[in-house]
Amino acid sequence: MVKTTFMGEWPILNTEPPILRTEGLKAFYVLDVHGVQKVVKAVNEVDLNIRENEVYGIAGESGCGKTTLLKALYGAIEPPLRLMGGTVYYRVPGEEIDVFMLSAEEKRRLRWEYIAYIPQGSMSVLNPVTKLKETYQDFISSHVTGKTRADAFKIAAGHMAELGLPRKLLDAYPHQLSGGMRQRVTIALAALLKPRIMIADEPTTALDVVVQRGVVQLLRDIQQRLGNTIILVTHDMGVQANIADRVAIMYAGKIIEEATTEEIFGNPLHPYTRYLIQSLPKFGDKTARTSAPGSPPSLMDLPSGCPFHLRCPDTLETCIEQMPPLVAVASSHRVACWLARER
Amino acid sequence: MDKLIEVDQLTKVFTLGSIISRIRITATDHVSFYIKPAEIFALAGESGCGKTTAARMILGFEEPTSGTILHEGRAVEYAKNKKGRGTQDIQAIFQDPFKTFNPLRTVDRYFFETVQNYKLAGSDGEAIKLISDKLNAVGLSYEEFAGKYPSEFSGGQLQRISIARALLTNPTLLIADEPVSMVDASLRMSIVNLFKKLKEEFNVSVLYITHDLATAYYMSDRIAIMFRVNIVEMGPVERVLMDPKHPYTKLLRESIPEADPKRRWSGAVKLSDVEYEEYLRQGCRFAGRCPQVMERCRGEIPDEVYVDQVLVKCHLYSGTEETLDRKVS
Repeated sequence: MVKTTFMGEWPILNTEPPILRTEGLKAFYVLDVHGVQKVVKAVNEVDLNIRENEVYGIAGESGCGKTTLLKALYGAIEPPLRLMGGTVYYRVPGEEIDVFMLSAEEKRRLRWEYIAYIPQGSMSVLNPVTKLKETYQDFISSHVTGKTRADAFKIAAGHMAELGLPRKLLDAYPHQLSGGMRQRVTIALAALLKPRIMIADEPTTALDVVVQRGVVQLLRDIQQRLGNTIILVTHDMGVQANIADRVAIMYAGKIIEEATTEEIFGNPLHPYTRYLIQSLPKFGDKTARTSAPGSPPSLMDLPSGCPFHLRCPDTLETCIEQMPPLVAVASSHRVACWLARER
Repeated sequence: MDKLIEVDQLTKVFTLGSIISRIRITATDHVSFYIKPAEIFALAGESGCGKTTAARMILGFEEPTSGTILHEGRAVEYAKNKKGRGTQDIQAIFQDPFKTFNPLRTVDRYFFETVQNYKLAGSDGEAIKLISDKLNAVGLSYEEFAGKYPSEFSGGQLQRISIARALLTNPTLLIADEPVSMVDASLRMSIVNLFKKLKEEFNVSVLYITHDLATAYYMSDRIAIMFRVNIVEMGPVERVLMDPKHPYTKLLRESIPEADPKRRWSGAVKLSDVEYEEYLRQGCRFAGRCPQVMERCRGEIPDEVYVDQVLVKCHLYSGTEETLDRKVS
């Protein structure tokens, strides 16, 4: 590693501008508990550059701010969540737009057609009292003008066939399907209007392994077919390894490491990432694995400096005082750790 | 004694509805296995395969429709038929540590209650000594625990606390139902390691119920794979998971996402379209998705045979069994 080029001066290999970009994004929950104001720093100065036609994985444990980050990326900031600073830009053909400057109507028009969101636990988002074909028809008639219900049904059936889902599903009610099937129907619905960006929040959690594989297969299939971008949030590092092109690791509201999937798994630099990857049990290898000591900090009461310093095996003096910036250590590897700088 | 728990031909059928329209749901169908002292036995399978029902019957929470459960040679009774308190020797740990404890009560009250119920200590001092011993065993101290509410602990700490509570009665068997699936990824292995430590230091057996084959491989000695209410493969974990015999175990094993970007999934997986059809299927329930399906699989239920000391319930191996000696492993 060349030390002189350390401070983020690496040449950008991919000259294409990112499709989604954030600058110093800060979104906090401001709560009023018995007259005392409490601030939950869920997303704290996040800079992302997500490229066109990639699967960008975001990993981290529960309560680290993953879902809040997705809400902010989607432009869905509602109280008690507040935007405290920073911006999110989408690149639509010809220009770059600031999401938080858009009107409600403009945002509505971008949704599903430009950016689609598959929420967590999406097996329970389908309307339980209507058949799936009606959900599809409502969806189509509210976003595509000049289609009759019969046309909408044809589009829906064609779309299902394309994705390899049985057509008879359209005549079923959500409760008649298994969790994995509902998840796949929701993903298919999100892909219907060919969005450029799809955001998936824990799409494989709470599913059986074989079904998980089916869901990942469907996401990958859609991504290749549409050539779009998928932002995939999951804490399951195995799923990340299987589908993501680049992975960002989030800890206590911050991105602490970001690299290509091969780099993250082959050469993790942040001690937290190392714990996360090395603690995964592997088949054919029964050597003892250890978890990171201690437990994750509360977002309401973050420690000074680096949020990981209380659990870190080799804390420096600087770590206690100052948060390390996320800097590039190689052309496609950024890490926020003072130790990585020492190296 | 070579068998701590012996479950034989355990069947549970739930019935729903009235006399006029009755639905029968089979949860476990002739399930047999045993657990040796100081052994971690994993019961793995998809949701709805009957693994939790089997555990609840061992705990006495459900009454088996047929079959027997022997604990150290004595039959385990259904809790409602028993006069006294539940057995001290079998204790349970549940999936979600946040739901295990009432958020409005301090966690130490659960400990003192258990001590009282089983009359484990004569005085307060003795009780505190017992409780802090058990907390030390799971890596916590009495001082950081006393008088606190569940919300003051992290998920990993709470799960340790519920393990410590289960240890109060010096059980010989812990039944852990998905104990790590709700615990943060960075703390998960510490709980898994704790079970291994309890087995080694206190000779506690663990019935580890999970759908996560990777942790099952890491911590258990023997494993049973369940599919749609039956055990389809059972044996030493090394043999079952490193060299799976049943096509379903093979599929499961292949579908586990490995944390290695160089080894991604290849090829498509066939999922069942309509799940309940699988439960109703005659013959082998995996026949609809099995890549090696034969004509007889659709009609006949396969026998359980031993291949290479592993029990397999599949027609591919029918007639190839070495011996039907059940004491082999």
